[in-house]
Amino acid sequence: MTLNDFKHQQQGRIDRLETSHHGIALTRRLAAMGLVPDKIVTLIRKAPWGGPLHVRVGSTTEIALRRAEADCIRVVPL
Amino acid sequence: MSDCKKCAVGTSQPASSARPIELVRKRRVAIVGQPNCGKSMLFNRITHAGARVGNWPGITVDLLSARVRLDDKLVEFVDLPGIYDLEGFSEDEQVVRSFLSHTACDLLLVVLNATQIDRQARMVMQAKSLGIPVVVALNMADEARHLGIQIDAQTLAARWQHPTYLISAKYGQGLKDLLHEISQCLVATSASMALPIDIDARLSQHPIEPSRIQALTEGAIVMPPPDLETRTDRIDRLLLHPLFGIPLFFISMLGVFYLIWFVGLPSQDLAELVTGWTQSTWIEPAVAPLSETIQSLIVDGVWGGVATVASFLPLIVVFFFVMAAVEDSGYLSRAAFMMDAWMSKVGLDGRGFVMQMMGFGCNVPALMGTRVIRSRSMRLLSMLVIPFSLCSARLAVFVFIIAAVFPEQQGAVILFLLYVLSFVSAFIAAAIFSRHKQFFHAEPFVLELPPYRMPTLCQVLLRGWGEVQAFLSRATLFIIAGCVGVWVLTHFPLGSTGLDTWGGQLGEWLTPVMQPIGVDPSLTLALVFGFVAKEIVVGSLATIYAMSEDGVAQAIASTVSAADAIGFCVFTLLYTPCLATIATIRAESKSWPYTVLTLVFSLVYAWCMAFLSREIAVLF
Repeated sequence: MTLNDFKHQQQGRIDRLETSHHGIALTRRLAAMGLVPDKIVTLIRKAPWGGPLHVRVGSTTEIALRRAEADCIRVVPL
Repeated sequence: MSDCKKCAVGTSQPASSARPIELVRKRRVAIVGQPNCGKSMLFNRITHAGARVGNWPGITVDLLSARVRLDDKLVEFVDLPGIYDLEGFSEDEQVVRSFLSHTACDLLLVVLNATQIDRQARMVMQAKSLGIPVVVALNMADEARHLGIQIDAQTLAARWQHPTYLISAKYGQGLKDLLHEISQCLVATSASMALPIDIDARLSQHPIEPSRIQALTEGAIVMPPPDLETRTDRIDRLLLHPLFGIPLFFISMLGVFYLIWFVGLPSQDLAELVTGWTQSTWIEPAVAPLSETIQSLIVDGVWGGVATVASFLPLIVVFFFVMAAVEDSGYLSRAAFMMDAWMSKVGLDGRGFVMQMMGFGCNVPALMGTRVIRSRSMRLLSMLVIPFSLCSARLAVFVFIIAAVFPEQQGAVILFLLYVLSFVSAFIAAAIFSRHKQFFHAEPFVLELPPYRMPTLCQVLLRGWGEVQAFLSRATLFIIAGCVGVWVLTHFPLGSTGLDTWGGQLGEWLTPVMQPIGVDPSLTLALVFGFVAKEIVVGSLATIYAMSEDGVAQAIASTVSAADAIGFCVFTLLYTPCLATIATIRAESKSWPYTVLTLVFSLVYAWCMAFLSREIAVLF
């Protein structure tokens, strides 16, 4: 499943990052944000009306990312 | 600046042909770090806010730099834009790479946010591969301690083999040791000449595996559990609430808006009092012996320009005071999060929306505020639509015209409709232009949501002061030149007034264009004045009609129909707000073609909208 399939407050471990149409640029940016395999992520909330996701990466980094981008993040729920 | 250029030119040669350049050389330290790591605050601490904007070879954006005396050495610190990844593809990341490959640096000061050291350690590894001496500052150590993060700086220093210090730029802790270390490192490197490097080659030789970062930090840092509840979580539960989040956002925007309205705008009057007093007490007596035309040129043209610039200063201070508070508090990126679902449809994000709202006070600082948007294409799109925000100066024109032409009970509705039109026009324009490749940005939307922090007064004041300096240095000449230009239009041929002046003739000549939107030559002349600033439109009407303001109101009531008044108001709403706006767009975009585009587009757009609105108004 991808990060998009998570419910509010659901926690999981990143399995792998898929390359999207953004190509390696997105994968690199996500890696810099701490989204690398084996990292623990928590979906905190989804903005209404198809807005972005609020995600906690590890314990102290919080990011907003659009659903299209969240689709390239494969996760395993804990 | 000259010696710096010399140094840069002298060293822009391949490393293989290295030769001594200058015996006594200024040392240069570049500060790199991720956005939100407190890099700029540290820079301000080190340089005592003595920064200035400089030009650097190979890059087009402004970088702040400052010279500081460290022991017996003169050291130049350069604040590079915050980047996530030295190898990244964003504009800022390219700027940093370009800077490092064109400009010799003796030392890299890598600033990490200590609370996020688990992921930011990556940057140290990247910096290491460049081969330039590196000193690591783990900033926000106070916050990290508060979160229960344990960092063994000595072990980290030993593992990545770079001196590492825990500091707090906000409270000034640990800076003395850090600067001492930098000074020591610069002594050690004095023998080797720093040379520009082939950064891409070096980075690609040292790819960074996540496992390496893991191994490096293993045992040296202890992070709190992922479900630690912080104060930020509790605030977010309210401010990002699915139902109340957006209403709360609008309420806080309204609060910001009121602050600009009730503190910023009266301060503008204060500045006008000062310039008016200076004019009557000093300037006018000083130029009295000169001929009348020269007097008028100096007082109405040149000094008018100076006064215009001065009237913006308090507003910019107040605006950036508020802006720094909103931005540093962490709320701005939350606004982006909440508004993204809608803003993304027109190629903007929530931050653009915040600036749009602030533009309702004054467009100039709102344009400067778009600097928080790091993607250039999105920023240019934001800057294109901000001038459609109905600013306070335009409001004064509308209040005057509406009061003159419309019965009292209709006035409020008309004004409200103008505000709606301001928003709608901005969205339509953004929707049109976002399809164009120049404004289409492919950057992924991944935005950090930093914890809520209380901005310090010092931080906010520094920011306001810096922005005022930037505005002064970039806009002053432009605005004075524009004021002199309009002075020429409205005072020549000599001795003429009203419609006999060149400006008036221009108004008559434009009749075929302006007639369809219901603007007569006298009002066209007022629009020519309005090009300088909307504040002077009402005053200029008195000059044009050669009557008092009350007389003008009556004259307009008898010559201008309701539909014509709507045409005039809509055109005034959407065409070039003022010279200061153009000067700011030019300074911020650094592009004349873009500036001309915004100018021409707003004129055409204003005409079309005015025509449409008038046609609709005629139906009622």
